[in-house]
Amino acid sequence: MTLCHVSSMIISKQKSFQHILSRVKGYSVYIFGCSECATMCRTGGEHEVKKLADQLAHEGVIVTGWKILEPACNHMNLKRLLPTLLQDMNQADCILVMACGDGVQVVSSLFPSHRIISGNDTLFLGVKEKINQYTRKCNLCGDCVVDQFYALCPIARCPKHLLNGPCGGSEQGICEVESNLPCVWEQIYVQFKERGGENPFIKYQPPHDWSQSERILYEAKK
Amino acid sequence: MKPVSQLQQTFDSKHFAVTAEIGPPKGADPMSIVQKASMLHGYADAYNITDNQTAVVRLSSLAGAIHVKNQQMEPIVQMGCRDRNRIALQSDILGASSLGVHNMLFVTGDHQSKGNHPMAKGVFDIDSVQLIAIARQLRDDGVFQSKDEIKRGKPSIFIGAVENPFATPLDIRVDRLEKKIKAGAQFIQTQSVFNIDRFTEWMQEITERGLDKQVHILAGITPIKSHRMLNRMRFHVPGVDIPDEIAQQLESSQDIQAKAIDISIDLIQEIKQIKGVHGIHISAIFWEKIIPDLIKQTRIGPKYR
Repeated sequence: MTLCHVSSMIISKQKSFQHILSRVKGYSVYIFGCSECATMCRTGGEHEVKKLADQLAHEGVIVTGWKILEPACNHMNLKRLLPTLLQDMNQADCILVMACGDGVQVVSSLFPSHRIISGNDTLFLGVKEKINQYTRKCNLCGDCVVDQFYALCPIARCPKHLLNGPCGGSEQGICEVESNLPCVWEQIYVQFKERGGENPFIKYQPPHDWSQSERILYEAKK
Repeated sequence: MKPVSQLQQTFDSKHFAVTAEIGPPKGADPMSIVQKASMLHGYADAYNITDNQTAVVRLSSLAGAIHVKNQQMEPIVQMGCRDRNRIALQSDILGASSLGVHNMLFVTGDHQSKGNHPMAKGVFDIDSVQLIAIARQLRDDGVFQSKDEIKRGKPSIFIGAVENPFATPLDIRVDRLEKKIKAGAQFIQTQSVFNIDRFTEWMQEITERGLDKQVHILAGITPIKSHRMLNRMRFHVPGVDIPDEIAQQLESSQDIQAKAIDISIDLIQEIKQIKGVHGIHISAIFWEKIIPDLIKQTRIGPKYR
């Protein structure tokens, strides 16, 4: 039951093959991929998992099997699948997870006796702009202010999280920190000129409340 | 209100102020600061000590400020938001004031990716405008950012900020300046001026909006020491605007340093005539020894009042 055309997701990048090999060399390994974000990012879909299994086998690593979870972060689904996987899994010393950091931890909670290895680095919550290009959209900061900036988040999209205007270092609308990144404050400027509203270059934004971004536990009210 | 520093007194007396930058060393030996300070003694009203500028680790601004103060010179301590959160910044404001360092310049800071520790975590808990507002709140209301009360002594601060008249979009630069003034900025040091036309236009908008009555603007002057530095400033330092004409004058000159001094002198003379400018801020990057020449030839600063 793969969701189609999901464009917003957890963006990840695959760790280098040399790194992965160094972590699994000398062990037998079972590989999990993920049908959602990691498939979209091409870091843990069927194609990538098969390719990695071949590469590892070529280096003499025993791969006892692989499976694309639907998705890796779905604890219930994974639990349901367990009986069908146990035979292959029990032959493996370790589990290599090609998913986001959340997926890795859901898998590890169900397989406490296996060594768990992450195959991906989890980057951010964002969108796929075009092939091989992803943009951060949300820092999960717990205190959303995006509606004050024409739905362009300066916390996620400015490397300095500036809430009171641009830093003075952008050139021709491009951020001084990343050479392909449009300055979000230039984008806010364009929206302000087109759509009007309160001038975000004059209106003072007080210090942000980061207390929610530091939360580890959250219990929703019933 | 009684001035808290000589620099503030200078502005209150309607003098044309001069500030100069002293870059602290990449090490614990304070001799280079002491030497630069003694070379510049008496030429400026106050001296900025940069805070890990361009994200390269150097001796701390507050420690540098104390070395300058020990030479009977007035420092301007700089505080950036990249390396410290609101707890550490407020603590440093209290600490600086307790040591008799009252000129404080608040900046956001260059991004860590440009410096010598690109793997560092940038803090950016607050931005420069918020830091200015917090400093004013500490001083005037006696409360921390959290509204918790200060016990045993509100800090005395003459609040400084920076602004770049040359950054795009151009038509919001004065809005952003106004925001800093409303937050509490009392003096402004600008990005180095080379494009005098744009600077004049920016100042004109400031005076039209009456903002020159609310803040003291010091125009940035940077003499360009070498071809390498010219190239760096033109193409690699974000937010610097060097018009082709000035670049060509420097490039075609037999003696780039002599030409750079001439250009700086001309710029200072022109800037002095612009309504609303209350001083000059000289940042002669790795070329501090040229500052006395510039001062002598333009007859500005405390020696010439």
